[in-house]
Amino acid sequence: MRLLSRAPARLPEPPAEGDVLAEADAVVVTIGGKRLLDGVSLRVHAGEVLALVGPNGAGKSTLLSVLAGDLAPSAGTVSIHGRPAPSWSTVDLARRRAVLPQHNPVSFPFDVLAVVEMGRAPWEGTPAEDDDERAVAAALADTELTAFATRTYPTLSGGEQARTALARVLAQSASLLLLDEPTAALDLRHQEQVLALARARASEGAGVLVVLHDLGLAAAHADRIAVLAAGGLAEAGPPEDVCRAELLSGVYQHPVEVISHPRTGKPIVLPYR
Amino acid sequence: MTATVSPPVTSGGDLVPPPRRRPARVAALFTVLTVGLVMVSIASAAVGQFGIPASQVVGSVLNRIGIDVLAAPADPFAEAALWDVRFPRVVLALLVGGVLGVCGALMQGCFGNPLAEPGVVGVSSGAAVGACLSIVFGWTFLGAFTTPALAFATGLVTTLAVYVLARSKGRAGVVTMILTGVAVNAVANAAIAFLVFAGDQAAREQIVFWQLGSLAGSRWAYVATIAPLVAVCVAVSMLLARRLDLLALGDRQARHLGVDVESLRLVTIVVVAVAVSAAVSYSGIIGFVGLVVPHLIRMITGPGHRVLIPASLLGGALLLAAADLLARNAFHYADLPIGMLTALVGGPFFFWLLLRTRRREGGWT
Ligand SMILES: Nc1ncnc2c1ncn2[C@@H]1O[C@H](COP(=O)(O)OP(=O)(O)O)[C@@H](O)[C@H]1O
Ligand SMILES: [Mg+2]
Repeated sequence: MRLLSRAPARLPEPPAEGDVLAEADAVVVTIGGKRLLDGVSLRVHAGEVLALVGPNGAGKSTLLSVLAGDLAPSAGTVSIHGRPAPSWSTVDLARRRAVLPQHNPVSFPFDVLAVVEMGRAPWEGTPAEDDDERAVAAALADTELTAFATRTYPTLSGGEQARTALARVLAQSASLLLLDEPTAALDLRHQEQVLALARARASEGAGVLVVLHDLGLAAAHADRIAVLAAGGLAEAGPPEDVCRAELLSGVYQHPVEVISHPRTGKPIVLPYR
Repeated sequence: MTATVSPPVTSGGDLVPPPRRRPARVAALFTVLTVGLVMVSIASAAVGQFGIPASQVVGSVLNRIGIDVLAAPADPFAEAALWDVRFPRVVLALLVGGVLGVCGALMQGCFGNPLAEPGVVGVSSGAAVGACLSIVFGWTFLGAFTTPALAFATGLVTTLAVYVLARSKGRAGVVTMILTGVAVNAVANAAIAFLVFAGDQAAREQIVFWQLGSLAGSRWAYVATIAPLVAVCVAVSMLLARRLDLLALGDRQARHLGVDVESLRLVTIVVVAVAVSAAVSYSGIIGFVGLVVPHLIRMITGPGHRVLIPASLLGGALLLAAADLLARNAFHYADLPIGMLTALVGGPFFFWLLLRTRRREGGWT
């Protein structure tokens, strides 16, 4: 029990470009007799932004929980930073991967600064603690929340709360970022900003898995897109390969058309109207 | 070293430090609480069936620690009354009030619910069952510690029961929490009622005393038992403070930040059980201190436990010492039960808090 004593400071090495930071291998998740994931294999590499897309209920959040080490799969294996997920201690894992869940309620009226500072908890008592102030200030600045620092969480709008939760995750300074629908409550500008932040972290060596619903956003910003449908991986690869009308029409059970952006050439996915 | 763990972030260049909170507020709060504590303690020792001037109260204390600036009471009877009756009672009030304040803060943090409190959820009644057992059956197998030890045993079982019954996904919803409290209090009170029925005349009177809550008959021996327990509980709570903050994010999020949530809860529950049973053993059931105090402190300095816990210690001590002063002196020759007083104030406060929480959560009829 690591409650009353400080953990000895063994800090993680920064990953090298292309290292596998999280890996699900033939993962099956069965809850209450229902197969939520059925043999999914997926890797998140250092230096990449991997978008996870799929219809509601496809199992995206479940897969994210598995990759985070929250949920033990019924079959298959999960490893994080090269070691089986269950072999990590809670705090060692916290220094290596940060998770933004879909919903982030806060029980007491903490102010924004306090919530973001909570992201630094894994580093308490380690040399990295010296970086707390900078990391918190940077996370606030990156999410444009510096001016909100003394506002209490319940008084924020939904989008501002979502950005606060994201800032907390950024302040954690982990090299594996798992973000579940970070853009869901955000306006256009802040959606772009979140993806730009994901890209910036990736180019600094982090691996970022981000669940998105907007396929255009995914195609424009991600290195790879993984498409999940009914608990199985339908496709994973670069945006140009994944954004195919017949594939996406099948997955979403709705006709879609894919056009190429006149300036950037990136695929744009639109429902057929 | 830091470069290995914290990749520099996008916002290069000049980082504006976020505006700081108001440390002056925290300092002012602690100053006011401390000054209030000292004043109420002196007043409580000075006022009573026969008055002793405040200067003599202070003088008497200073004399004992070897400072001869103020005169102690010349009357040896007054001096004895101070040291044998009033001081132990004042100190016990401070300790019990302080520990109840801290326990309220701990339980609220642990359950993620501002309405959790040892009295409301039934931990106090649970601990009282153990205390009553030792009274009715006259058990003394652990000497002077028999009553607190039994109170601890039943208090711990009750706290664990509340925890298991009331939470889901780590949070205890308001309705579940209150209803669990109703159920637990009902069972504990049934057990106490049975013990009243089973006990003899003397035991009955003593049990009624537990249920009302009172600091009458405080002795230094009580202080000596409870003080180390309080010290340990407060010290452990302070060590847990930062992690309790993280619980406000939810269990899953706290775990993502490296908190061993189950152990944290377990340690918190044991601390609460130890502290509440120590308090209940010597003062009976005194409700609502743990509800009112942390709530007021949160309104002043915010919910962070590193401030909330020590401030609740001081605030609870101040509240109970003041309540005891009132209980002893509101009526001539009558020592009102202090639990009745705190309930009189705490009950309406609890209701107001309930309405407010309901409004914020969107009304569960
Ligand atoms: N604990 C659970 N018990 C039963 N079904 C669940 C549970 N958690 C999720 N599900 C179901 O599993 C499916 C996948 O859930 P989820 O991973 O949250 O989907 P999404 O892709 O929308 O994030 C959904 O149909 C959901 O209703
Ligand atoms: Mg989801």
